[in-house]
Order: sequence, then C-alpha cells, then structure tokens
Amino acid sequence: MCLAVPGKVLDIEERDGTRLATVDFGGVVKEVCLEYLPDLRVGEYAIVHVGFALQRLDEESARQTLELFTELGMLQEEFGDPWEAAAGTGATHVAEEARK
Amino acid sequence: MKYIDEFQDPALARRLLDEIHATVTRPWALMEVCGGQTHSIIRHGIDQLLPEQVELIHGPGCPVCVTPLEVIDKALEIASRPEVIFCSFGDMLRVPGTGRDLFQVRGEGGDVRVVYSPLDALRIAQQNPDRQVVFFGIGFETTAPPNAMTVHQARKLGIRNFSLLVSHVRVPPAIEAIMRSPSCRVQGFLAAGHVCTVMGMDEYPELAERHRVPIVVTGFEPLDILEGVRRTVAQLERGEHTVDNAYPRAVRAEGNPAARAMLEDVFEVTDRAWRGIGVIPDSGWRLSAKYREYDAESRFAVDGIRTCEPAECRSGEVLQGLLKPHECEVFGTRCTPRTPLGATMVSSEGACAAYYLYRRLDITPAAREASPVA
Repeated sequence: MCLAVPGKVLDIEERDGTRLATVDFGGVVKEVCLEYLPDLRVGEYAIVHVGFALQRLDEESARQTLELFTELGMLQEEFGDPWEAAAGTGATHVAEEARK
Repeated sequence: MKYIDEFQDPALARRLLDEIHATVTRPWALMEVCGGQTHSIIRHGIDQLLPEQVELIHGPGCPVCVTPLEVIDKALEIASRPEVIFCSFGDMLRVPGTGRDLFQVRGEGGDVRVVYSPLDALRIAQQNPDRQVVFFGIGFETTAPPNAMTVHQARKLGIRNFSLLVSHVRVPPAIEAIMRSPSCRVQGFLAAGHVCTVMGMDEYPELAERHRVPIVVTGFEPLDILEGVRRTVAQLERGEHTVDNAYPRAVRAEGNPAARAMLEDVFEVTDRAWRGIGVIPDSGWRLSAKYREYDAESRFAVDGIRTCEPAECRSGEVLQGLLKPHECEVFGTRCTPRTPLGATMVSSEGACAAYYLYRRLDITPAAREASPVA
C-alpha cells in the first residue's frame, strides 16, 4: 500500500465533477483520480498512489521504475489478489523468493 | 559485492559506492524512514555494500506497522457489525488485533472488502444505500490526501452512509520524537521520498537545524538510496546539516499544493499513538470539525475501546531503530509472517518481515532453521 507506482495516462474523462483517468501500470489498467494533478494529459506519466495521481514523472524514470517493480514482484503485490495473499501470508512471497 | 550486478545500472552503483567509501572517515548512523526503502536496502544488500562505518537504522516508516493495536481492535469491532461493509487496503487483512484480524472477521461472516482506492469504497456506499460503508484510513502523508478527497467527495455528493476510521500519521513529529529520545543514535536521515512528493520539504529545515542533523529526501530504488547515503555522508563529513533533495524527479520543494490544501481542509493535527512507540504529540490527523460527521469512531461508538500490546513483541524498539529485528528473542521462532506477534512482521513493508523474507546472514540460527527459504 505504501507503494506509489508510475503509470501512463491512456484516457481522461469527467464524472460527478471529478477528473478521472484510465492509467496503464505495466499492463494492469486502473482508474485514477486526477484532482491533485488536474493538468496531466493523455500520454504523460505520473506517480500514482492508491488511485490518485500525485506527481508528474518523466517517461524514462517511469519505465525504469516499472521494470524494477515487475522484477521484484512488487506489482503483483500491489495489484494481485489480496485475499489469496492474506490466506497464505508469508508463504506467498517466501515461496516466490525460494523459486528465484 | 555479490549483489551489485542486480542493480539497474551496476556501473553507476559502483561509482556511488566508491565515492561513499572514499568519503567516509568515521562511523555514522543514518536512519531510512520509509518501509519501502528498508525493503530495497535488505533485498539488494545495500547495507552490506556500504563501508562498515556507515550503519543504516530502520525507521518507523511502514504505515501498516505503526497503526496502533487499539485502532485495529476498533476496526475489527466495526467490521463485525451486520449493517457494515468494511473496506480496507489489502495489507491490513492480516495485521493482528487482540486475538484476531480482519481476515478472520470475514471468515466469521463480516462483510470485509478490499479496495484499491478509497474512492472504490465511496462507490460501494453509493451502490449500497441501506448499508453503512466504513473505510479504514491509515497511512502517512502520501495516503492521507486520497482519503481526504474521498471524505470531501462524500460530503459534496451528499453520501451519508460512508465514514472513515482515521489513523493517519505524520513523519516530521516522528523524526522529532526519535531525535529527542535519550538513546537516539541517528546522525542523519534519508527522508521518505513519496511523503515529500505530497508535502514538499518545508517542514524539514527547522528539524535539521534544531537537531543539527542532515535530512536528505531519498527515493527507494537501489540507486536512489545509494545517492541519498552518499549525500548524507558527505554532509556529515563536512560537518553540515542541511535539507537536500536526492529525489528531484518525484519531489518538488512545494510538494503537491492541491493535495496539501485538501489535507488542511479535511483534517486537523492531533496527537496520535504509534504502535509499539506510544503517543507522539501532533503526529497525526483527525477529521476537522467540518467533516466530523464522517468519523467512524463516533458513528459506531468505538472511541472508548482501549487495548494493550503483547508484552513480548518488541516492534516498538525496532521501529525506533533501537533494536534490529533479528535481535528480538522471538524473531523467526514464535513470530513469523504466518504467526506474527506485531505488525512489523506481518506487513510486507515491515522491517521484521524484510529480515525474515530475505534471510539475512546475520539472523539467529533458530530463525534460519525456521525460515522456509533456508
């Protein structure tokens, strides 16, 4: 949860007076609120935390971070099935590590 | 330097390390405040690549870890009510309260749901007007603005069946408390990058000056951490104590002004208890008077619940940098990620979990034997 993940804005719309974007996080697509970064545009990258864009990020930094997170299994931790992770607490990522 | 090839840019990592090795002339103790940084340090063996004189101490920067037992018990009580849909981030599911956790409450029939964003919880409230939807609002300055926006939206849209169980904490008062402790050994801070993405850096110069301690805003990727260490050590060796930004691609001096304005509107500063540490003055937020009706504690009358932490869990000392995880008597034996006594072991960002997961060479023989990766 502490993790803030860079993502690329695919699409922007307004709903209930709120600016929302569809954001791609290395293949996982989520809805993100743009109220704290209202001038973010389609094609740009931002640091996103719990569904909110918090700061613009350059493309190269965003790509590098996403690669690192994927490699470390952190995207799985952020976007994977939390119930499954909770059911096997410890076992899930310990097992992942053991396979490396 | 067996881990260095795993760095994204091994040549740059080596240059930074060489420079740190060349600069350091005597022992320095630095604290990394962010739990993400702790994991990165342990995962990449950064502490073992640094000169022996540079010690990294793990700070209280894991939001799940520092949420007090009392608040977890309040969450469990609210989540058990039949009229409630209790929404939380996934990493709170296994944090032990007194005797059980949210995962077990769900097993007993409680309607506990995991959301990715607090706005998802608000949507659930809109879709279930006959139920009470409660969102578990924990976290630091990075997480507080999304939760603040959600309460703001609830009020704006007239959604009354939504409330927030608030346990937000602020980093600068924690740094102040650490520096004031008589047993404090910290001489420099690697400040948490994403907290500063929101808050900027203007809370730090006064702290740095008062305690004569360098504070270097640092990201959490391996190269970011090496750069943060390099700049902190350089300051210490020169006898300086200023605030420096080693994470400029994500942190601007003013932070995110829109997020800061929303925080000021929705929350007000209050004293907060930190798990294992106790109450730190002005270290948290609660809903401001304008939004108080969205406070789950008073809505469900759980504000009277008081609980005690298990005596044998020493996570408070770990969170303050006074004890390394493996120095705890029950580390890896009675306390593991499957059977955690405290939140530093259950949270994936906790220091104890990091030590257990990456099976440090210096952990106790009993723990090594107990670890499934052994």
